[in-house]
Amino acid sequence: MSFKLDKLTVRHLTGGKAAALHALDLVVNQGEQLALIGPSGAGKTTLLSTLACAHQPAEGALSVFGLDPWSLSHGARHALRARLFLAPQTPPLPPRQRVVTAVLAARLPHWSLGKALRSLFAPSDPDAAFEALSRFGLGDKLYARVDRLSGGERQRCSLARLLLSTADAFLVDEPISALDPALARITLATLQQEAAARNATLVCSLHQVEMARAHFKRIVGLRDGRIVFDLPREQVSDEMIGALYANETLQPEAHPGHETPARIAVGACF
Amino acid sequence: MSTALHPDPAWRGRLTACAIALALLWPALVYSEFKPWILFDLQSLAAAGAFLGDFARPAHSLEFLAMVLRETWITVAIATAGLALALLGAIPATLLVSERLSISRLGTGRIRPLAALVRQVVRWVLVLLRSVPELVWALLFVRVVGLGPTAGVLAIALTYSGMLAKVYAEILESSDAHATDALLANGAGRLPALLYGALPDAAAELVSYTVYRWECAIRGSAIMGFVGAGGLGQRMDESTKMMAGGEVATMLFMFVLLVGAADVVSTLLRRRLG
Repeated sequence: MSFKLDKLTVRHLTGGKAAALHALDLVVNQGEQLALIGPSGAGKTTLLSTLACAHQPAEGALSVFGLDPWSLSHGARHALRARLFLAPQTPPLPPRQRVVTAVLAARLPHWSLGKALRSLFAPSDPDAAFEALSRFGLGDKLYARVDRLSGGERQRCSLARLLLSTADAFLVDEPISALDPALARITLATLQQEAAARNATLVCSLHQVEMARAHFKRIVGLRDGRIVFDLPREQVSDEMIGALYANETLQPEAHPGHETPARIAVGACF
Repeated sequence: MSTALHPDPAWRGRLTACAIALALLWPALVYSEFKPWILFDLQSLAAAGAFLGDFARPAHSLEFLAMVLRETWITVAIATAGLALALLGAIPATLLVSERLSISRLGTGRIRPLAALVRQVVRWVLVLLRSVPELVWALLFVRVVGLGPTAGVLAIALTYSGMLAKVYAEILESSDAHATDALLANGAGRLPALLYGALPDAAAELVSYTVYRWECAIRGSAIMGFVGAGGLGQRMDESTKMMAGGEVATMLFMFVLLVGAADVVSTLLRRRLG
């Protein structure tokens, strides 16, 4: 079993500590692939980073690979993070870094500091990076700088990093948001093939509902921090999708006044 | 001004901050006897003119130039050795102080009490190191190791390690956290995350600040020369005392050349890294 959530409540770490996820129950088996859908602000990203042990839940029980990450020591928890791969929606690539270095950074958890330093001077395994990049059609960008890539290329570049990690679970946040439909299909298929080939769990948040229903056997609908449905795709009806995304908040509501942040830096631009 | 429907919640704070800044600045100007019109007083202008007139004929005897070159070399050596020693202290201190590299912060937003304590203690040590002026350190070391460049090197090393560590940590903390955070979240260690996440974008800034500090160290070594810490500064002190304006002018010209050279090096390195 990869993940088991039992009445898990997660709060934002800053601000008013409002709950982002309310008492979630979810079980994801090893090797399972599921799509996470729901309107913006539903808590998809928070759920992914909670699964990645990058966000401590407030209440309830979380088990990752049978371990409770937040009762482990700092070191053991950090070792557990190396078995999970979180790919954020905005590609986390420094603009002035070369693509080969950015992709090989996936191996950092297993490298000594000396090896990491050496790889900055001469990339330790450029062939593996090339292999990973070419699966997303980016082989020719191996030695390009990240700031020379387009938005879609950067997104695929950060997924190439995923291919080089040794993680047992991939947590991917909107991997195709910057891609055209044809590329999106290929990219998603590559991710799924890789996960299936190494029996890794794949949890993928998506805004493209049709893509989610076409590619994933299990669909989890999230709204306002709650799981609305968690079903095999055959049982997900158009009405359920419609209700999931139904938008009642666009009605003009009484102007509530702007919230004043607790602390405002003098030079802050909001 | 018409009352806006969506007033900016931040403007009141900005207004207060401006008012406080003005209220603090005014007494500061009064107490520091800031009277710029004295600069244009006829008597002051005449005195300044006589002083500068002496500077117009720099000393250029071969023997003197050879001495200036030798002392310039010592000055560069003091600044470089001092800065290198300062880096030895500053880099580990930066890594200790920077909250960006905290693994315990990950997922909780809080730093372990022990780690926070260590950070705070290192911060205080850095404050102590840089709050004592390098001139005072130099006076101290001249007593300990005697007259000569060693005192200058040690004084620069101590003061500058405090400055470098503080500014390095701030440069790292104001660079984009996304890349570093993603690497940490995927299980990378602190230092690899720094090397692969933060350094590519902060490198140009760090290098240009380091070269600027080298430039400051050259100027600093001149001042410390006045208390006997060797180099061009010590010769300048002697020439000033002998009222040899021409010699002082030559040595000042050397400083201009050194600072100009530092500027060129900084520009080249930034272009290379940017």
